[in-house]
Parts: sequence; structure tokens; C-alpha cells
Amino acid sequence: MHPITTLHYLILSVALLAIGTIGVLTRRNIVIILMSIELILNAVNINLVAFSQHFNNVNGQVFAIFVITVAVAEAAVGLGILISLFRNKETVQADEIEILKW
Amino acid sequence: MNFLDSIGLIPLFPLFGALVMLLVGRKLDPQTADAHHHAPKSKFLISLLCPGTVLLSFLFSAGAVWQLVDLPARGHLPAHTHQIIQFTWLAGLPFHTAAATLARFTADFGFLLDPLSSVMILVVTGIGFLIHVYSIGYMAHDGGYYRFFGYLNLFVFFMLMLVLANNYVLMFVGWEGVGLCSYLLIGFYFHKKSAADAGKKAFIVNRIGDSGFILGMLLMFSVLGTTRFLDVNKALAAMSPETHFGVLTAMAVLLFVGATGKSAQLPLYVWLPDAMEGPTPVSALIHAATMVTAGVYMVARSNQLFRLAPDACLIVGTVGALTAFFAATIAMTQNDIKRVLAYSTVSQLGYMFVALGAGAYWVGIFHLYTHAFFKALLFLGSGSVIHALSGEQDMRKMGGLRKKIPVTYATMLIGTLAISGIPGLAGFFSKDEILWQAYSHPHAWFRVVYALGLMTAGMTAFYMWRLMALTFYGESRVDPKVAAHIHESPKVMTVPLMVLAAGSVLAGWIGVPKLWSMFPEGFRTLETWLAGVLGNAHTIGEMQHEPNTGLEWAMMLLSVAVAGAGIALAWNLYQKRTPAVEPLQALGPVYTGSLNKWYVDEAYDVLFVNGLSKGGGTVLSRFDQKVVDGGVNGAGWLTRFTSTVSMWWDTWIVDGAVRLTAFSVKMSSYPVRIFQTGSVQAYALAFVLGVAVILGYYLVH
Amino acid sequence: MLDTVFFYFFALLTLGGAVLTITRRNAIHSAVSLILSLIGVAGLFLLQHAEFLFAVQIVLYVGGIMVLFLFVIMLVNLDDAARVAQFNKQWWLALACVVAVGGELVYFVSRPEDTLRLGNAAAAAPDKIGNVERIADVLFSQYLLPFEVASVLLLAAVVGGVLMAKRRV
Repeated sequence: MHPITTLHYLILSVALLAIGTIGVLTRRNIVIILMSIELILNAVNINLVAFSQHFNNVNGQVFAIFVITVAVAEAAVGLGILISLFRNKETVQADEIEILKW
Repeated sequence: MNFLDSIGLIPLFPLFGALVMLLVGRKLDPQTADAHHHAPKSKFLISLLCPGTVLLSFLFSAGAVWQLVDLPARGHLPAHTHQIIQFTWLAGLPFHTAAATLARFTADFGFLLDPLSSVMILVVTGIGFLIHVYSIGYMAHDGGYYRFFGYLNLFVFFMLMLVLANNYVLMFVGWEGVGLCSYLLIGFYFHKKSAADAGKKAFIVNRIGDSGFILGMLLMFSVLGTTRFLDVNKALAAMSPETHFGVLTAMAVLLFVGATGKSAQLPLYVWLPDAMEGPTPVSALIHAATMVTAGVYMVARSNQLFRLAPDACLIVGTVGALTAFFAATIAMTQNDIKRVLAYSTVSQLGYMFVALGAGAYWVGIFHLYTHAFFKALLFLGSGSVIHALSGEQDMRKMGGLRKKIPVTYATMLIGTLAISGIPGLAGFFSKDEILWQAYSHPHAWFRVVYALGLMTAGMTAFYMWRLMALTFYGESRVDPKVAAHIHESPKVMTVPLMVLAAGSVLAGWIGVPKLWSMFPEGFRTLETWLAGVLGNAHTIGEMQHEPNTGLEWAMMLLSVAVAGAGIALAWNLYQKRTPAVEPLQALGPVYTGSLNKWYVDEAYDVLFVNGLSKGGGTVLSRFDQKVVDGGVNGAGWLTRFTSTVSMWWDTWIVDGAVRLTAFSVKMSSYPVRIFQTGSVQAYALAFVLGVAVILGYYLVH
Repeated sequence: MLDTVFFYFFALLTLGGAVLTITRRNAIHSAVSLILSLIGVAGLFLLQHAEFLFAVQIVLYVGGIMVLFLFVIMLVNLDDAARVAQFNKQWWLALACVVAVGGELVYFVSRPEDTLRLGNAAAAAPDKIGNVERIADVLFSQYLLPFEVASVLLLAAVVGGVLMAKRRV
């Protein structure tokens, strides 16, 4: 068995990022989109922690804490917006909300 | 008192008279003065003032000439020459003359008294005074008495300015002034259309001549750099006829053109016969004695110039002879007494120019001086006849007046004999001298001139005696109503006649020909007096003609014989028995042509008056329509066209560019719009796409 | 060796959960799959000796955010949404782009000599200080300001969330 290097974590984080991005770009349901954004944020966190471990520097982890904090705030507000949007538009499909167009 | 220094006053006396007439003359004239201001009882004041000023001028002139005789040469002035320059009248900028000297066009207000001008001022003031006195009687019953004397005085002023000027420019002022007064006086009876027309004609024809004068004067100035007589003569002395031939001939001919207009030579003589519309004293003064002689004076004054231009002299002599002959042919058939005298004047002026052309300048002046006497006498005498007949001028309605107006008759007889050239009287000496100078001129052409002059002398004698015969002799053809009033003129008119008659007899005796050697030199003073200014005859540089006394006596006798023959023929035709019809009608078409003045006036009418005014008017009006209006219309069309073009440009190009901008923005917005889906995911996709591209860039590099 | 096994296990959990998250029709299923994924991530943190983060991840992310998500999913009636198409029109282009990006990133990452110099792993001298202390050390001294700002941010988020969700403002 080969040892797990930082590179593995990095590739994992890229994969998670990719999956999250696909979710954001592809799914119509806004809730799923928001969840995909959480995936992306987590991918970033994995990356940060991997580097923190690699350089034996705790700054990466501190940053990851802040990322989680921001993710929390963002999720809360985002879901509030979703509720408000649902009340106005009766839909949670992203491509049905296209008022700001030509 | 020093009359020489007061020659400036000589013209001013009559000017003063004219000004008084201008300002207050109306009030002094009983016919026109206001009734409630104290009106003068008679025209005495005017009659005293105006002739009085001329008399004063005459006295001053006589005094100045008396003092001039003793004047020696001083400085650069030759003997008998006195010049006063009062002030510089025109001051111009300096420029380069043709001779590459620096000159300044100045004209002074200055007077020159030398032998030539001395003769002239005595003639002008003396005869002028006599005519003023005569006019007191002649114009007594006419309206506008004060106006007449005002004009007459003004005329004397201008004439004196002309002859006393020391430079051509001031002379030209006088020249123009006498032209103006001639117009005013010819058109004196302005309510008669013919008189007004005659005045206009005189002025306009004069003007044509004046243009030549001005050109000559300016040419003289540009070549010689000065117009003062003394300076011009000095400058001319440095020139020779060979080197400066063309320019000098041009100058002389141009000046002569001016003289042609003023002195009524061919072709500008046509105004003089019409000028008889004016009162008779006007005809006497202006058109016999003084104004028409201004041209002769001017050519004599320019004798140095003419000496250097022999071709010009030839022209002068030829024109003079042709004029003399031509006018005499017309005078032979005229029925108006004043017309005969008018054509006679033209003819005699021609004689003067023959003399000037032949180089005998003093002879021309001599004839001018004698002519002044007898022509003035003849005119005043005819005026006396007209006055006696209450205005009748047609000789066919006269006759048998010899006994009724004896003084007039006697004086006119003397005048007629003088003009015919009967020996002993004034006209004989001057006319004979002219003919002799013409004949003996070195140039062969002057023989022809002589022949013309001789024939003219015969015709002169003929028509003058015809005049006498028709007027004074034979049966009276006078209209009975008029005949009842025939009376001799008052003393104020007859005394001048008598004075002039005396002059006609005696005036010639200062120019006795050298041939009559029995007379001492004192009888030839005129030539020597004028020699200082005019030179001797035939001093053109050619050989002094050997005095051929035999030939000269023969010529003299021939001319007397011709004159006698003319008188005899006239006596035969008109006096022996009063003819029923005009005998000259036997000449048929020649008579008709002569009676109608050879249709010259009609020709001028067609050529110039109608031709220029009507034809010119048509041409000008068509020019105005086609060219001028066409230009204006074209400008308008052009404006409209440019505005159309401009509008098109503005609409299609400028607005088009603006619209193109908007259109291109609009067109480019269509593809861009597609990206504005409003869908957030599409935008997010764009992000990712961009990231892919950027990473791809780093991948490649 | 155990490291490797645990890594792959947690990696599988993470990625599998993620894939399930984005592909489920039912939002509840999606949310539960996300919880699984997050737990996997927490496990990965633990493997990296980031114990504090492991704890925070479980408590905050799973216990906080996912619960919130589940509440909202149930608040918003998603039955109708489950019946319609789940993927939008641009899915193929998105897939292509993301694959491209992912491929590029992997490439960059795995070429240490050109791009990403990972260098040598620093000597992981296991200190006597624990992970929490280390974080606290840095967090409250060097990163104090961001910490305070983060708290303000959370306050803003709270207020915003309340406002957003109210029926009548």
C-alpha cells in the first residue's frame, strides 16, 4: 500500500469541487444548488487542512474555521431568501426565475 | 502802388461781384425784390457794381502790364515775367516720373504775368467791361438781371484765373469754370427747352475735350514731374524731338484735344452754333472774344512742347484749316444772323489754330486779339439789330435798316470790313500774316493749308457782306408790326459799339508785317513783346526762310483780291437787287447740305446720342438682365443647390453615421442579448467556462 | 496501512455522498446524502490531525446547517419539484466545463516540478501542545480581528435570515 500523501487529499478536494460545481450548474432545484455550494466549501476546507498538515502550519485550520463560519452565515441567509422566493414565485426551480433578463 | 504784386486781385474783383449777386442780388433787382422791403427804384446798383468790378480789373491789369514792361530779368525768371505763388493748393505724395526723378504732384495757387498773359488779361477785362456796359442796355427789360450779371462776373473771374494761372492745374480750374459759366449763360432763358438743351450740349461736348486735356496734363506731369509753366519749359529744354518723340507728341495731341473742345474745332464744334440760344452779350463775350480763345491761349502757352512735336503741329494746323473751311461753307447759307456769326467764329478760330500749327504762335495770339474786337463788335451790333427789331433774328425778315439804325450800321460795316481782311483794318494784318506763315512754312503740306485758308477768306468776305446786304440794304422785309418799333439802341449800347469799332480799326497796327518796311519798328511791337514767351515764327530749328519780298507782296495782294471778289459777288447777288429767292439755292444739294450744317448734328445724334444712350441703353439693359441678373439668379440657384446638397449630406451622411452607430449597437446587441438569460446558473456556467479558459491558457504556456 | 484504509473509506464516503447529493430527486434524500458526505469530510479532518475542525464540522455543519436545510425543505413543499425534470438544459456543457476544469486542476496539482512545489513535508514534530491549543493560540492573537468580524457577520446573517423569512416585513 502506498502512503497517503498530500497529493491524494488535493486530488480528492478537486474531485469534490468538481462534483459540487456540477451540482450548482446542473440541478434545477435551488435547495440542491445550495447543498452543492456546501460541497464546494467543504472541498476547500479539505484543501486547507491538507496544506496545513503538510506545512505543519496551523493557519490553514484557522482559515478553515472561518470558512465554516461563513458557510453557516451564507446557508442561513440563502435559505431565508429561498423561503421568500418560494412565497413570491411558488417555485423552487432555478430556471423559472428569469425576470432579470432582456 | 505795385500792381505787379496785386495781380492776385485782378480775378478777385469780378468774383466779389458774383458773390454779391449770389447772396443779395435778388434783393437788389427791382423785378425780384420783395415789395415790402425797400426795393430799389432801378437796377442802378447792379449796373454799377458788376461792370465796375470788371473796370477795376481792367485798370489793375493795365497798371500791372505797364509795370511789367520795365521788369528786368531776375533770378531764374526771364525779363518781363512776374510770378506770384500765393500758396500750395494741392500737395501730393512723391512718386517717380518717367525720367526716374522724384516728383511730387503739387499744384500751386499762383499767378504768372508775362507778355502772353498780359495780352490776354487786357483783352478779357477790356472787352469784358465793354460788354458789361452793353448788357446794361440789352438786358434792361429781361428778367433775371442780377442773375445775368452775377454769371457774367463769375465768368470773367474764371477766365482771368485761366489766363493768369501759373500752372496747368489751376488753368484747368479756370477752364472748367468758364465751361460752367458758359452752360449757365447759354441756358439763361432756362424756360426755353432749346436753350436748356443747348447749355447741356455745350457742357457735354466741352467735357469730351476736357478728358483729353486731363490726360495730357497728367502725362505731362508723369514725364516731366511738374505742371508749372516755367518749370515745364525748363524741363522741355532738356529734351529733344528725336529721343522723346512719341511721348511729347502724345502730350501735345492730348492737350490739343482739350483745345478742340473748348475752341470749337472739328469735330467738337457742334455746341457753338447752338450756344446762340443765350443772350447776345453772352455770345459776344464768351463765344467770340474770350472763352473760345482759351484753347488758343493754352496751345500758345504750351508752344515749347509743340515745338518739340512737329507732327502735333501738323495736326493742329490741318484741323484748324479744315475747321475754318468747313464752318465757312455752312455760314454761307444760314439765315439766322447770329448763326452766321457763330460759324464765322468757328472759322476764325480755325485760322488761329492754323497759325499755331505753322509755328507762328504770336500770329495766332495776334489774330485772337484782333478777332476779339471785331467779332465782339459784330455780335453786339447784331444784338443791337435784334433789339431794334424786338427780337427778330431771321435775316430774311430784315432789310433796309441802314437809315433807321445808322450807328449800328456804321459800326457793323467796320466790323465786316475788318473780318473780311480789308487792308488797314485789324483783321487784315492778322489774317494776312497767318496766310503768309502757312504758305511759307518749310513743310509742303502747309501749302494745302494755305489754299484752304485762302478759300475760306473769300467765303468769309462773301457771307459777311451777304449778312450786311440782307440786314441793312435793300427793301425792308420787316414785319409791319415790328417795323413800327424800330429804334436805335440807347447810348449805353452804342458807345461800346463805337469803342469796339475804333479798336477794330486801330488794333491791328501793332502787328504790321515786316514787309511794310516803311513803318518803323514801333508798329511791330506785338511780335517782339511776345517773342520772349512765344519765340519768333519759324524757329523750329529749320532754316529761317529767306524773306522773299516779291512773293510776299503777291500773296498779300492775292488775299486782298480774294476778299474783294467775295464782297463783290455778295454785292452782286444780294445788294444790286434784293433777290426774291435765295440765289445760293441754285447750288442745289450743296445748298441744302450747307443749310443743314452738313447733317453733322444728326450724325452725332445717331452715332453717339441715340447710339450710346438708346443702343447703349439696350445693350446695358440686356447686360443687366443676362449678366447681372443672371449672376444674381445664379447665386440664388447656387445657394439653393448647395443647400440641397448640404441637406442630402446632413440627412444621409451625418445622420446616417449617427443612425449607423445606433444601428450597429442594436445589431451587436442581438447576439449579446442571448447571454442575458436571467438564469443564475447560466451565469455561473460562464464563470466556470472562463476559469477553464484561463487555466487552459496556463496549460498551453 | 491503516491510514490508507481509513483514507479511502472516508474518501469514498465523501465522494459517494456528494454524488448522491447532486443526483437524488427527492430533496430529503439529497440532504441525507450530504450529511453522509460531511461526516466523511470530518473523518478526513481527523486523519489530518485536525481534531478541533473534526468536532466543529460535526457540530456546526451537520448539526446546524443540515438541520436547517431539513427544516427548510420541509417548510417548502417540494413534492411538485420532485416531479419535474431535475437537470437543466445546459447540463452537458456544464459537465464538459467542469471536467475540463477538474482535469486541468489535477494536472497542475500533480506536476510538482513545474507548478505546485509541494516541497518536502515539514518535520511534523509532534509537540506537546494539542491541536486546540495551537488553534486558540493563533486565533485569538493573530486572527483576533477576523474573529470579531466573523461574529459581526454572524449577527448580520441572523438578522438577514430573520428578515428574509418573515411573512410581513
